[in-house]
Amino acid sequence: MAERKERVMNGVFFISALMSIVSLVLITVFMFTNGVPVMMKYGLDEFLFGTQWRPTATEPQFGLLPMIMGSVYVTIGAAVLGVPIGVLTAIFMAEYCPKWLYKILKPAVSLMASIPSIVYGFFALQFLVPLVRDSIGGNGYSILTAMILLAVMILPTVIELSESALRAVPRTYYNGSVALGATHERALFKVMLPAASSGVLSSIVLGIGRAIGETMAVVLVAGNQPLMPDGFLKGVRTLTTNIVLEMSYASGDHRSALIATGVILFVFILLINSVFLVIKNKGATK
Amino acid sequence: MNKSKIARAFVYLGAAITFGVLGYIILFVFINGVPYITPDLFAWNYTTENVSLTPALITTLYIIGGSLLVATPIGVFTAVYLVEYADRSRPIVKLMSMATDTLAAVPSIVYGLFGFLFFVTFLGFQFSLLAGMLTMTIMILPLIIRSTEEALLAVGRPLREASYALGAGKLRTIFNVVLPVAMPGILSGVILAIGRIIGESAALIYTLGSSVNLPDSLLSSGRTLAVHMYVLSSEGFHVNEAYATAVVLIVLVLALNAFSTFISRRIVRGGK
Repeated sequence: MAERKERVMNGVFFISALMSIVSLVLITVFMFTNGVPVMMKYGLDEFLFGTQWRPTATEPQFGLLPMIMGSVYVTIGAAVLGVPIGVLTAIFMAEYCPKWLYKILKPAVSLMASIPSIVYGFFALQFLVPLVRDSIGGNGYSILTAMILLAVMILPTVIELSESALRAVPRTYYNGSVALGATHERALFKVMLPAASSGVLSSIVLGIGRAIGETMAVVLVAGNQPLMPDGFLKGVRTLTTNIVLEMSYASGDHRSALIATGVILFVFILLINSVFLVIKNKGATK
Repeated sequence: MNKSKIARAFVYLGAAITFGVLGYIILFVFINGVPYITPDLFAWNYTTENVSLTPALITTLYIIGGSLLVATPIGVFTAVYLVEYADRSRPIVKLMSMATDTLAAVPSIVYGLFGFLFFVTFLGFQFSLLAGMLTMTIMILPLIIRSTEEALLAVGRPLREASYALGAGKLRTIFNVVLPVAMPGILSGVILAIGRIIGESAALIYTLGSSVNLPDSLLSSGRTLAVHMYVLSSEGFHVNEAYATAVVLIVLVLALNAFSTFISRRIVRGGK
C-alpha cells in the first residue's frame, strides 16, 4: 500500500517536472509555426535586413532591420550607462556600506527590482521626456531617453548579482593583497573584482536580457518610428514595441509578421541565455 | 594613493546615483500621486468619470490566486523531483533544469504572444481570466521551482536521516519533515511570483485583455492594475489617476517586500 503510494507520487513529481519542458516546447512550437511561414514567404533576408516596414501597404514590406538595430542600440546604451553604476553600487554594498545603512539599502534594491516596469515607464514619460527635450533637444521621445530608462531598470539585476558574486570571493584574497601592501581600493579593484568576474559578467548578461525584452516602459518614451536609428535624439522602435504598437489592429500577414518579430526576439534571448549559461558554468568549474 | 581616492570617489558616486534615482522616482510619483488618491478612485464600479481602480485591483487578486493555485503545486513538485528523486546526470533531468532557466529568461511580450496564440486562439479561451492565469502560471513557474529547490537543498541530511531512522518512508519524510522546514523558502518564491504578477502588463494585455469591468466568470476579460496603468498612461487623458495608480502599485510591492523580509528573518531564526 505504502509502496504503491510512493510509486504514484514519484510519477506525479516526475510529470510536474516535465511541465517546464512541455511549456518551453509549446512556446517554441507555437511561436515558430505562426511566425516562420511569413518569413519564408517574404524571404528571410528581407525580414532580417530589409529597412522598410510598411505592413499595411498594398505591397507590404516587412523589413525588421530598423527594429533590430533599435533594440541593439538601446540595449547597448542601457548597458554602457547602467553597468558601471550598477557594479560600483554593488562594490559599495559589499565593501563600503556600514551595517546600519545596509539594512536600509538592501531592501531598497529589492524594491527597485520589484517596481512594475509600467511605473518606470510612466515616470520616464512624465519626467525624463520633458527633461531631455528641454535640456538636450529633440522632442524628448528618443533613443537617449529609452537608454536612460533602461539603464535604471537593469540596475537592480546588476547590483544584486554582482554583490553576491563579490561576497562569494574568499576573504583570504582580500587579506592577502592588503598584507602585501595594497590599499583597500586596490585590493577591491585588482583582486576582488577580477575574482568575481564571472558572476559580474553574468549579472551584466542578465541585465542585457532584461533590457532587450522590456516592452511597456519603452513604448511610452521611445518615439516608435519604424526608421533606422539616426542619432541619440531621434525616435526609435524596438522589436518589443513593434509588437505592442500594431498587434491590436493587425491581421493576416501583418499579424504573422509581428509574431515573426517575437520569434526574432525569442532567438535573441535564447542566444543571450546560452552566453549566460556558458559564463555561469565556467564560473562553476573554476 | 591618489588612485585609491579616485576609485573610492567613483564607488560612492555610483551608489549615490543609484539610490538618488530610486529616491527621486518614489518621491516624484508620491508627490504627484498622493493628492489624487480619493474615495472616487476606489469606487466599486469603473466609470470614465471616477476612473476607479477597484475592478483592476480585484482582477489582479484573481490572477494572483488562480496562477498560484496551479503553479505552486507544479513548481514545488518539480523541485521535489529535482532535489529528492532525480539523478542529475540523466539527460532528461538536465533538460528540465535547462528548460526552467530558459523559461525564466523569456521576455514577457513573448509570453503574451504565446498566450494569445495558444490559450486565446488555439484553445479558444478568448481574452479571459483563464487565459491570463495560465499564461502567468508558466511565467512564474521558474521562480517557484528555483526558490523551492534552494530551500530543499538547504534542509540538512541529519533531519532526513532521523526521519528515516524513525521508520518513515521517503514520501512521508518529504511531506512531514522536509517540506515544512523548507516552507519559508518556498513562501519567498511565492512572494516573488506575486510581485512579478503585480508588475506584469505585456503578457496580460494579449491574454487577459483590457476590459474595464470586473470579470464575472473565468472566461470573461478584465485588466490588472498594471495593465490599467498602462492604458491610462498611453491614452494620456487621466494623468493624475495614473500617478495615483502608480502610488498604489508601489505601496503594494513595498508591502510585499516587507512581508518577504519578515519571512526571511524567520528562516534565519529557524536555522539557529
